[in-house]
Parts: sequence; C-alpha cells; structure tokens
Amino acid sequence: MHTGYPADPRVTAGTIALAAVALLIGGAFAGLILEATRNPTGAASTFDSYLFRVARFTLWQALLSTLLSVVPALFVARALSRHPRFFGRALILQLFAVPLALPAIVAALGILALYGRAGYFAGVLTAIGGQGWPGIYGLSGILVAHVFFNLPLATRLFLEALATVPADQWRLASQLGMGARPAFRLIEWPTLRAALPGVAGLVFMLCITSFTIVLTLGGGPRATTLEVAIYQALRFDFDPARAVTLTLLQIALTFIVVLALMRLGSNTVGDANLPVAPRRYLSAGTAETALNAALIVLALLFVAGPMAATVTSGLGADLGRLAAERAVRQATLTSAVLALLAALLSVALSLSLVMARRALALRRRVDAKTLLEYATDTGAGLVLVVPPIVIGAGWFLLLRTFSDVFAIAPVMVVAVNAVMAMPFAIRAIRPGYDAASERHERLCLLLGISGWDRFRLVDWPSLRRPLATGFAFAMALSLGDLGVIALFGSDSLQTLPYLLLSRMGSYRTMDAAGLALLLGLVCLALVLAAEWLGRGEKS
Amino acid sequence: MTLNSESGTAVRLEKVSFSYGEAPFLFDVEFAASKITAIMGSSGSGKSTLLNLVAGFETPRSGRVLIGGADFGAKPPSARPVSMVFQENNLFAHLSVERNVGLGRSPSLRLTEADHAAVAAALKRVGLAGKQQRLPRELSGGERQRVALARVLVRDRPVLLLDEPFASLGPALRDDMLDLVADVHAERRMTVLFVTHQPEDAHRIGQDMVFLDNATVAATGTVADFFTKAGPEAFRHYIGAGPFGAGSRDVARKRT
Repeated sequence: MHTGYPADPRVTAGTIALAAVALLIGGAFAGLILEATRNPTGAASTFDSYLFRVARFTLWQALLSTLLSVVPALFVARALSRHPRFFGRALILQLFAVPLALPAIVAALGILALYGRAGYFAGVLTAIGGQGWPGIYGLSGILVAHVFFNLPLATRLFLEALATVPADQWRLASQLGMGARPAFRLIEWPTLRAALPGVAGLVFMLCITSFTIVLTLGGGPRATTLEVAIYQALRFDFDPARAVTLTLLQIALTFIVVLALMRLGSNTVGDANLPVAPRRYLSAGTAETALNAALIVLALLFVAGPMAATVTSGLGADLGRLAAERAVRQATLTSAVLALLAALLSVALSLSLVMARRALALRRRVDAKTLLEYATDTGAGLVLVVPPIVIGAGWFLLLRTFSDVFAIAPVMVVAVNAVMAMPFAIRAIRPGYDAASERHERLCLLLGISGWDRFRLVDWPSLRRPLATGFAFAMALSLGDLGVIALFGSDSLQTLPYLLLSRMGSYRTMDAAGLALLLGLVCLALVLAAEWLGRGEKS
Repeated sequence: MTLNSESGTAVRLEKVSFSYGEAPFLFDVEFAASKITAIMGSSGSGKSTLLNLVAGFETPRSGRVLIGGADFGAKPPSARPVSMVFQENNLFAHLSVERNVGLGRSPSLRLTEADHAAVAAALKRVGLAGKQQRLPRELSGGERQRVALARVLVRDRPVLLLDEPFASLGPALRDDMLDLVADVHAERRMTVLFVTHQPEDAHRIGQDMVFLDNATVAATGTVADFFTKAGPEAFRHYIGAGPFGAGSRDVARKRT
C-alpha cells in the first residue's frame, strides 16, 4: 500500500553505507580465504605448539586483566558513589575518562617512563626488591597497561549503574537506619551484580583484541597475543599461511566472546559521558570515609601516574629540535590528514546508518524488523568483532597478489579507522537524531520537506553538535591508532604513532617521549571538545 | 485548485479499515464541506487515527479516503489538500517564527516577495506582528500554536485537521484560540476536523459532531442535537453529568 510514496533517500544512504562496510570486511575475508585455498597444507601445518601457546597467552592475559580491572573498580565506584560531593570529584571522573581517548602507545610509554628499567620508580623498586629492577616488560607490563585503561572505564560504568538506584530507595534506607554494610548488601551489590557481566565482558573483549599494548610492552615470544603474532607473521616472517591461521583463530575467539556478551546483554561500546552525582541521603562514618578516601586516592595515583610521567618525560625531550625535524612534521601532517578523512568518513557512514534505521523503524510500525533494519541497528556494533589488525591482514594478503601493498596504505588506514570508530560515532549521533526525528517527522511529511531540503533545514541544525561530538571522538581514535598503520606503514607513509614506534624501536627514547606528549595532548583536546559539545546539546 | 470550489471540500472515509496489529479500526463517515466538525470519544477510540488517515500519516488497509471527491488514500501527506495542527511539536525549534511559517509556502524555504508578504500578513492576522524573528522557545505555548495557525493560513489548503491543539493551554487562552479558529474559518470556509476532549470546545465552535467508540463511528449529528437530552446515550455516558449535561472540566482534561 506504499504506492505513491517516494522512496526514502535515508534508506538508500544507509544501504550504501552498509555496502561499504560489508565491502571492507568482505574484502578482508576474501583475502584470507584466497590465501588459505592457495596453500591449504601450509595453513594446516601452522597448527603447532607455538600457535596454541600464543592462543593460551591471549586468553590468560585477558582474563587476568579483566579480574584486576573489574574487581577494584567495583570498590572504587562504590566509594565514589558513597561520597557524591567532595572537592575534586568531578575532576577525578574527568580524569577517568582520559584513558578512553589516550592512544595506547602513549599510555605504554608513560607506563615505561614510570615503571620501566630506567623509569622514575626504578630506584625505589630496586631498593625494595634488593636487586636490579628488571623493568616491566612481559605479562606484568601488559597487565598494568590494561588495568590503566580499563579500571577507570569499569569504574565509570559501575558508577553509572549505581546512579540508577532510585533516590527513594536511599531515602528509605536512611529512614530505616541502614548502615554501610547492609546498604551495600541490600542496595548497592544487587545493582553492581546486574552490571557486572556486561562490564566484565566489555573489558575482556577490549583486552583480548589489544594490539599496541602487547606489541610495545609484551617481551618477546613468551608474551605475545594472536594480534601481535599476525603482525609479526606478515611484517617480519613473511609467513602468510601462519597469518591466515592466526587470523581465523582470532576471529573465532572474538566471535565466541561477542556471542557470550550478547547473551549477557552487555554493550560493546564504552561511553564518554559523565554520570551525574545523584542526591544522597546516607552519610558514611569516619572509618568508612577514611577507607573510601584511601581507595580513591590509590586509584587516582594509579591512573594519573602514567599520565604525569608522559608529561614530565615528554617535557624532558628536545621539543624544539623535534618540531623542526622533517620526519616529525611530515608524520604530523600525514596523521592529521588521514585522521580527518577517517573521521569524516566515519561520521558520514554512521549518520547514514542512523537515518536508515530510524526511517525503517518508522515505516514498519508493528511488523517484525527486516534484515536491513537489523543490519543498520546492531550490524555496526558487530564491527568490533573484527579487529583492525584482522581487516588489515586480510586486505594485506589480498592486495599483495595484485599490487604494491604500500601504495594502497592511505586508503586502508582511512577506511579501517573510519569503520572502527563507527560504533562510537553512532553512539554519539543516534540519540540526537532519533529525538529530532521524533519531533520533526510528521511535520516534514505534512509540509513536504524531504531529501536535501530536509537535511539542510531540519536535520543539520539539530545534529550539528552530536555530529561534531562523533567527529572529534572518531578523529581522536584514528589519530592514536597503531593497528593498521603497523601493517601498512613504510618510510613513505608514517603517522605519528608509527614514527613513535620506530623511535622506540631504535632506542631514541627521548624523541619517543616528546612525540607521545604531542600525540596525547592532541587526542585529549579532541575528546574534551567532544565531551563539551555533547554536553552542550543536553542543556 | 478545483477542490476549493464554492461549495467547499467534503472529506469522506469510505469503508476505511486500519490496524496497528490489534483490533482493526473501521471508519465509514462523511465530514460536511466548509463546516467545523468536532470529533470526540474516549482514549483509544481512534480519534487521532482518523485524523492521521486523512492527513496521510497512516495508510488504510482497505477502503478509500476521499477529499473533494478524489481518492487520496495512497498519496503522501504533503500531496494532500490538508493542513494539520498537532498538540505539540508544530514548529522547528531552531527556525525563527517567520521561517517556520514560510515553510508552509515552500518546503525549501525559497520565498518570493509575495510569499514574504503573505507570511507577514498571516502573522499579523494571528496577532504575532513584530515577533517574526523570535525562536519558538521565546514564545508562550499559546503563541506557538498561533504560529502554527499562521502557517495554516499561508498554506491555504481547503481542509484543516486539529489534533487537540489547545489541550495544554489554560481555559481562558483556549477560548481565545478557539475564537481565532472560528474567525479564520468564517473567512476561509475550510472544512475543519477538530479532535477534542472538551465538551465545551465542541460546544463553542463545533457545528457537526462525530462520536467515536470502540474503534468505529458510534454516532453523528449536529453539535446542538448532541448536547440535548435526546443525544446519543453513549455520548451522554462519555461526558457524564455537568454544565453540558457534561462532566466536569477536570475529568475531561485527560489527553490521549
């Protein structure tokens, strides 16, 4: 009965965006399959003890990282929620949002500057240990870095969960004279327990696909994950058969994890929004206050430490000489251009999917969702199942046979980074678009405002801020990414993280520290801008 | 437009059925040309659905939607000779009053001198002269609905659908707005379909009445007939005892 209604251009845009994403992922799989069929015995022969050791280590480090991040986060979040008002609380929460945006390589350098063999703490640690401090490479380094990233994330998510406890429950608890212990058992723990599987799942997922941390802090073959092994197989050993096996194993592993996550109903995208402190009616006693303060200070020191170390060691570098260096300028320019393009593409793709999803949902009313709507809805989130390294590896193998891999590098970096940032961009754009559509949909239909007119007059003015938020966030993610550029980078295409890695590799530590400071500050500025823009929309 | 003949434009739903997936609505009813017809009925009886079918926001499963004799059942809303005012969200919050009204002339906001003059005249007519550059948030609730009425004037369609547009206004303001609608109707002679919960609204400006019950048309007649003791029993039961043989204002103030 839809005769006479013009086709909705929003659905067309969404279909094109989906096709682009499918092409990117499909191409990678085509590369993998092509390589596997070309040399089936080679792929099979790579199933050796090394492979299983790598797979086991991948799971083991992810499990430990999750435990070490999530369990302390439970208590830090509770401590923060018990004290909704104290000086610096907002600043702490702001600080806890920084790791979400900080490039992994910058954090890794900060951790090395702090706990490394020549780090600021090396002297103290040597005195405690009684012998030479060996540095933090290997499993311990990986764990510290993962906790640095995920403890604040988990804390914020738990805090958000605690904020959902209705104020009336707290009023009731205070009237009944409930102490800290029963309040935890009866009110806080049930809420935290409900959030626990989702948060733990998200952290586990992030740790199992972690690349940069393991590459920079993992020491040699004993502490290698699947992703790093893929990179080494392609860039150093030129062993495509092994790369295929490793990649398939990584996909299978993440796929299983994501299935489990969806079962648990967790959200696979972290959020940059600040939870608001609710009004509280329960006051903590002196002993509890002291304990909570100690917890919060410890967490704060742990998170702020590497950041401070990044700043101080970065300032120690010869920044003037670095800024004048041609390679640095070239890499900065390359990074800026690629990240800008990736962010633009990411926002365009995300907006197309968001608009198509809304249009399809409006059209269908009560019927069951179509496959297309599912694809525009949850499809984008599934992108996270396929880590950038895997997509990069697939295309690397595919293009290798047809052309010069490194010539196509800029396209790969932009495309993969754009798609990887999509879940975050969608998260920024969708609520704004859906709310605007809720207000404007019938009016646009009635007045015949559609297509370009609609975008120009109606959608763009109400979406400027969410789009800018998504853009800034996508750009920060792309700027800091080392995954794809590690595979495709070369002397002719260097981004800042790539240059940073190569300076680390050639032991020019001071240079690396200076570059890390630069990169960290730019990403931080972008994310602060994203948050500021996002908040302005709500008020 | 030929639809806008001397005799006005009648609206007729001919055996129109529609469903949200549950019990179907069935409408077979005619709204007289150039009259104000009040549409009343309890929540869920299908008042808004009926207007949405005429406006084109819903597509009937079967039957015909005749406006001025032509079947518009499959036409998109903007292609129908119809204007509509909703209870809220009638304006784009980021556009000025003038631009919101101008959209009634051109959906791309490319306005000629004549269009600008028409917009200014319409705003003057609804009592908003001098407020062209305001944003909707700088207006009161009543003023916002006046802007919507100004847009109805510049659109100049022969049928006007009012979906409880004044339900969230106070009693005195509501009476002002009703009188404005009645005045505009006296000038333009458009066919008005007016959904309301308030018997006194229907009494104030309505000429005909369509009463819905159980997803279908339960009774039709003149407003005068409805408010006598001889009115349909389901209707008298709906409005209860009160000044119009009707319930108190408060009971009738719930919204759909």
